[in-house]
Amino acid sequence: MADLEKFRAETRAWLEENCPPDMRKPMRGEEDICWGGKRWKFQSEAQKIWLERMAARGWTVPTWPKEYGGGGLSKEEAKILKEEMRRIKARSPLESFGIWMLGPALLEYGAHEQKAHFLPPIARGEIRWCQGYSEPNAGSDLASLQCRCEDRGDHWLVNGQKIWTSYADESDWIFVLVRTDREAPKHLGISFILIDMESPGVTTRPIRLISGKSPFCETFFDDVKVPKEHAPGVSAVVGELNRGWDVAKYLLTHEREMIGAGGSGAIGGAASPGEVAARLVGVDETGRLADPILRGRIAEAEIDGWAFLLTMERLKDEAKAGKGMGAKSSMLKYYGTEFNKRRYELMMDAAGSDGLEWEGERSEDGKLARSWLRTKANSIEGGTSEVQLNIIAKRILELPDA
Amino acid sequence: MPLVLTEEQEMLRDAARGFLEAKAPVSALRKLRDARDEVGFSRDLWKEMAEMGWAGVLVEEAFGGSDFGFAGAGVLAEEMGRTLTASPFLSTSILAATALKKYACEAHRQEYLPKIAAGDLVMALAVDEKNKHAPAKTALRAEKSGNAFRLSGEKTFVADGHVADKLIVAARTAGAPGEEAGITLFLVDAQAKGVARERTIMVDSRNAARVRFDGVEATGDDVVGEIDGGWRALEGVLNAGRAGLAAEMSGSAQRAFEMTVGYLKERTQFGRPIGAFQALQHRAAHLYCELELARSAALKALQVLDESFEAAGAFCSLAKAKAGAVARLASQEAIQMHGGIGMTDEHDIGLYMKRIRVAQEMFGDPAFHADRIARLRGY
Repeated sequence: MADLEKFRAETRAWLEENCPPDMRKPMRGEEDICWGGKRWKFQSEAQKIWLERMAARGWTVPTWPKEYGGGGLSKEEAKILKEEMRRIKARSPLESFGIWMLGPALLEYGAHEQKAHFLPPIARGEIRWCQGYSEPNAGSDLASLQCRCEDRGDHWLVNGQKIWTSYADESDWIFVLVRTDREAPKHLGISFILIDMESPGVTTRPIRLISGKSPFCETFFDDVKVPKEHAPGVSAVVGELNRGWDVAKYLLTHEREMIGAGGSGAIGGAASPGEVAARLVGVDETGRLADPILRGRIAEAEIDGWAFLLTMERLKDEAKAGKGMGAKSSMLKYYGTEFNKRRYELMMDAAGSDGLEWEGERSEDGKLARSWLRTKANSIEGGTSEVQLNIIAKRILELPDA
Repeated sequence: MPLVLTEEQEMLRDAARGFLEAKAPVSALRKLRDARDEVGFSRDLWKEMAEMGWAGVLVEEAFGGSDFGFAGAGVLAEEMGRTLTASPFLSTSILAATALKKYACEAHRQEYLPKIAAGDLVMALAVDEKNKHAPAKTALRAEKSGNAFRLSGEKTFVADGHVADKLIVAARTAGAPGEEAGITLFLVDAQAKGVARERTIMVDSRNAARVRFDGVEATGDDVVGEIDGGWRALEGVLNAGRAGLAAEMSGSAQRAFEMTVGYLKERTQFGRPIGAFQALQHRAAHLYCELELARSAALKALQVLDESFEAAGAFCSLAKAKAGAVARLASQEAIQMHGGIGMTDEHDIGLYMKRIRVAQEMFGDPAFHADRIARLRGY
């Protein structure tokens, strides 16, 4: 305990000294996130300094091993770091699919050479990664993917198309699920491969969404040659050949926990419907919202949201106690994303016609409306709500197959 | 504090489950009902529970209790919820024990807490006066005359009030109904002159009472908490009861769900188990998530009661609201998914629906607590 208290004191002092004042202001939204990568343009000197200082300590990825660019912190220490950052409202120095997805996959399934080669540039924010999973004909049925990867001796030859590749147009590398064995049962012919986006034959095209924004792309692979080794001893394939589905499943579980957690508002930090309604709809002389039906709906949602947050807390504590989360991540994904959609519907109800403005300063270019539309993807991406319910029914409740 | 049961609490749960499944299964409740038992629970069984430390779950060891705390009491309530066990656990071991332990004078604590722990004293909380829970609207008058008070008015939905030896009565000593100030809690002998009790057999085959007070005498010595300032004590006691009921409902709902999932696997129609149909799978999976939320909320409320009792109000409302709504959904889905057999008295599932209905109404239904949370959150 004494060690942890010492760590807290040192961390607090270091953060006070090193976190630039501009990095202690709440993020306005996704536009303030530092994503890093070769083509990254820092929005401010403060953002650059903050990333460099945190990366030098390994604190962009606090729990990764030091030899791979991480901070080597224990779970308890990482929690303290998080608390101390929250205390001074410090922004996250770096976010990326490398940190969220590829890193955990490499740590679990990668060879030492792959970790040593790919992880440090992720930790320093030098290489930005994107994810190539879904295909136009492989959505919920992801394992039916067809993107073809053939063994051509000294290299792999990749042909096919991926869709919903987030930020592919701004990324340097992509981790892709490809079919390496067309004869095997569908789950057993898939491999997890790493491809440089600058390779000849890779093209991307942004997809415009109902929110008017384009965070997702289509990515095409036309006769893309991928070296068997990206550097001596650094295989392009992560894990065993044809066992990429194991890696994919591991990452999907991880992703579900993450999307579910985002849905609670714990990460977004968005205003609550109750606050928005009190401001925009007004309260009566007893302090109650002037619209009693909206008030009831908001209060019921607040109860569900709060109980959901507690459930996340409990599952994390259970996981720490060695019970693991397993298929319960599907519960977080399902409930968290459905809840987030409901929360934004209530925000839109509370905002009324103000919330419908799409352009102009007053609405910050339709910030609420665009966020509301963005939430509609929550229950589709990373496995639809219906897929999550299937998983709960089969894996947890052990109900029979149809 | 991690939001999980401690090892000790897990052991308590396992022991309780074994004991209740053997000694107080659902068939025991059925037997009490069919025999029109006048007490409504087994006094012998209650004595056995007391010997295991359950009756004194909140009572300090110095008074003969086991002092497992609210989280421990929640474990027991949840297990009794699973088996629909009839006992004065809520009325006596949670509500009365909380009132005495937290708010009573030393003399009362010494007199009553050991008897509660020993299972020799049944007590009941008399708070509601109308069909919906609204403690601030307490109207039962306690008129001061000299050194004494005279209580006049009516109480309803007093759980175990028909057999209680002592009643804790919320009365108005000042102010007007609707005001939180001016309420006082009195400890009244159930046999006192002017007390008239009518046993009300409820839909869940458990018992409550309507109690009339006709100039019942009490003195300043009978007050629990402060005169005119009893609201704080009443809220504290109610919060404990709400968290206990949330745990109980969580247990009942969980058990009803297990029975339902079991039935989905075993019942065959159209040549396959009905659990293979996605229409039912998705509803069951959704309900599973809701049950997990209810359990988290109940555990959190009980832990906060142990750690910072005075700050537990919002958490107890959260737990009561969520567990009430989820248990109701669970009981409805249970009957629907059981189909025709679920409508029969012979099947146990209906007993779960009945008990859940009563528990979710007691001390505030989900709407009452949603309103309370909204007020606490400033809208």
